[in-house]
Amino acid sequence: MAATEIAPTGTGPGIGPEGAGLGSARGRIWRSLRRNPLGIAGGIMLAIVVLAAVLAPLIAPYDPTEVHFDAPFQDPLTVGYLLGTDDLGRDIFSRMLFGMQASLQVGALSVLLAVVVGTPLGLLAGYWKGFDAVISRLTDVTLAFPFLIIAVGLAAISGPSLSNAAIALGIAQIPTMIRVVRGETLRIKESDFVLGARTMDASGLRIMAQHVLPNAASAIIVQATVIMPVAVIGEALLSFLGLGIQPPTPSLGIMLSDAQQYIFRSPTAAIFPGVAIAVICLAFNLFGDALRDALDPTSTSSSRSRTRKKNRK
Amino acid sequence: MQQVAEPSAGSNDVLLAVENLEVTFGDTPVLHNVSFEVRQGERVAIVGQSGSGKSTTIGAILQLLPGNGYVSNGSIRLGSGGTMVDLADASDAQMRSIRGSRLGLVPQDPMSNLNPSMKVGAQIADALMSNRPPGSERWARAQTKARAVELMTEAGIPDAERRYGQYPHEFSGGMRQRVLIAMSLAGEPELLIADEPTSALDVTVQRQILNHLQNLVDARGTSLLFITHDLGLAADRTDRIIVMSEGRIVEVGTPREILLNPQEDYTRALVAAAPSVAAVLGREPAGGGTSSIAGPEPILVIRDLFKEFKLRGQRGSTVQAVKNVSFSVQRGTTTAVVGESGSGKTTVARIILGLETATSGEALIDGKAITASRGQERRALRRMVQPVFQDPYGSLDPTFSIERLIDEPLRIFKVGDKDDRRRKVADLLNQVGLPHAVAQRRPNELSGGQRQRVAIARALALEPEMLILDEAVSALDVLVQDQILRLLADLQDRLGLTYLFISHDLAVVRQIADTVVVMKAGEVMEAGSVDQVYNRPGSEYTSELLGAIPGAAFAA
Repeated sequence: MAATEIAPTGTGPGIGPEGAGLGSARGRIWRSLRRNPLGIAGGIMLAIVVLAAVLAPLIAPYDPTEVHFDAPFQDPLTVGYLLGTDDLGRDIFSRMLFGMQASLQVGALSVLLAVVVGTPLGLLAGYWKGFDAVISRLTDVTLAFPFLIIAVGLAAISGPSLSNAAIALGIAQIPTMIRVVRGETLRIKESDFVLGARTMDASGLRIMAQHVLPNAASAIIVQATVIMPVAVIGEALLSFLGLGIQPPTPSLGIMLSDAQQYIFRSPTAAIFPGVAIAVICLAFNLFGDALRDALDPTSTSSSRSRTRKKNRK
Repeated sequence: MQQVAEPSAGSNDVLLAVENLEVTFGDTPVLHNVSFEVRQGERVAIVGQSGSGKSTTIGAILQLLPGNGYVSNGSIRLGSGGTMVDLADASDAQMRSIRGSRLGLVPQDPMSNLNPSMKVGAQIADALMSNRPPGSERWARAQTKARAVELMTEAGIPDAERRYGQYPHEFSGGMRQRVLIAMSLAGEPELLIADEPTSALDVTVQRQILNHLQNLVDARGTSLLFITHDLGLAADRTDRIIVMSEGRIVEVGTPREILLNPQEDYTRALVAAAPSVAAVLGREPAGGGTSSIAGPEPILVIRDLFKEFKLRGQRGSTVQAVKNVSFSVQRGTTTAVVGESGSGKTTVARIILGLETATSGEALIDGKAITASRGQERRALRRMVQPVFQDPYGSLDPTFSIERLIDEPLRIFKVGDKDDRRRKVADLLNQVGLPHAVAQRRPNELSGGQRQRVAIARALALEPEMLILDEAVSALDVLVQDQILRLLADLQDRLGLTYLFISHDLAVVRQIADTVVVMKAGEVMEAGSVDQVYNRPGSEYTSELLGAIPGAAFAA
């Protein structure tokens, strides 16, 4: 009976070692993502934002720092300036594209930092009680400070630049990452498959690398999508305060800061970068939510359709 | 739509009439042409394995189908004459007034079906108030409470007045199930639907609860629709059994007809595989008995074992999980450790495996203890004893391929090179009766039975002499359980394995074990050969356990 339950597939032994299984798991995640309309919307927004940022040098009609003294404060849709110009006659559309590029760079770098540092620390804290005592107390202390204060402090000490802003924001996010990974580790450590490995005296590092980390991966990925928008906003804020990217290099935060002096004369100069920040964050949040539902088969999505009775013949 | 059929002869007798019921999830019909009746005061069981459609059937009756399920054809008529309704067509508002007052439900899991932050009595009072007959006067608070206490007492909760004000976590599993029974009877329903009401409980508790439920139902003349996977239990408790498989009704008959003279192949297989029935009908044990008792040197000796756990939060207070346990296991035999939850049987297994250290006493494998040995000797001991855990869903890492799962022990112990390991995996898959193609699959693509086969293959990878099977078949459906038990017996014959079989199920134990150790609250109550323990039990507790095996009524 057991033998007949398995339909023969094309994947014989010898074809790709990771063949059928991985493919079908991916298939399941993909199907779940496709069924979630908000997730699709988030994914499309994300794709547009990333494409626009990466292709900024190709799309932008002007150099973002190019000054047009003859055309300051142009309205949107003025000939030649899609979204108008700012006080120095710089093209807002071009500056926005490069500003998004900077935002995503800072976001990606700080997420990378938080994952690379937070994951191993979280694993150690979750797996060994001795490490937990030290690491968890340190994260508690760090979490007691508002994260932006840490970021502002670090950026102020290390001097304003794109990479320093990314490092400051990344460090500020490490404690949350540790918390997430530690929680997952505590859960996975109690599962029977870890118990089974322990009966063979498998080393703690082996169990962490082979059993705990792969099973915690989805939580880490989802947490990364949560950190990302926070880092994007953090970058805008640091730049707004003059602690991040330095003018004349465009950044969404600098654009907001420049625009506030002329907010009544030319509100669009502030609105467009503001909308860009909101769109980036919304895209990551929606996509992250959909990804969480897709990666975790036990979570029930609120958007799942309830079609009972309505379909009755 | 096509309801209000001619009232046929004797139909005022019929309480529930399900006709040609078809339930569809999305676009896939999962229930086909299900028709049955429940008469006034009758007790009917629906028996089937997981996926047979028994839960979907009651979901349709209660109009509580999950997600995208809906009744796509057929009718479900409740009552007769003026009070008759077709539940398949009832509006949500109608259903709300029917559920509770005309249809009662005793759910499966007493742990998750009570609100943990609400007093137990308040939850019953809630059920009482929402099921007042329409138009009746509001009850005074005191009156509601008095009625709730009365219901709790009827459901067999001692000292109900005091326990009314307690929270669910202060109740044991059995007591919580009694609370749920009290709630389901609060609206004086005409039909009580019990969905596996005792599957999560120990056998002796199960028997008490079911006896009580039966008395209550009989006294009120309530009809009972009893959903279970246990054929023996159904036979003990009901007048009529409906056997379901794959969304269809396979066979309907009285317990006697189904058990002693099944007509369909599927029912025959089910009866043959049901351990509780087999144990009583005195069927030849599937494996154990045939293996010879070899060598006088026992492979495992447990001597004066004690294990204390510190209680969290209460300084200095401890709980004795294992008290003075001694027994030994002969090479090539199967020893079963039987007990209910909290009996300490799993703790003993974990001490043998070196996952816990004993407070005092010793567990010796081949004369040596894992926890006391180091290096080469420890590795040798580890290789000799391998575990198979209860839940094949939890014991296999979902991110590993089957091949990687099975050869993990080989990699950890650095046995052979890549090609050797690949050959070994192929050989092991063959031994446990799995096709070679599963090697590249992942656990979530396999069924429960297949997963347990993988777990066994993995345990055999290091060619151990002994397997510790901790409730290894408890999570499986009876037919699959039977296959796995046969596989274990076969492997024992071929490889000369020794089994320590830990289980709560005396019926299963009888099929596989040579010797039995009965444990209760950390102590050994009795130990002896299967024949001795089952036929001439030496302790009262053993007799009680044996009496609780369902299906005993058909021993004669």
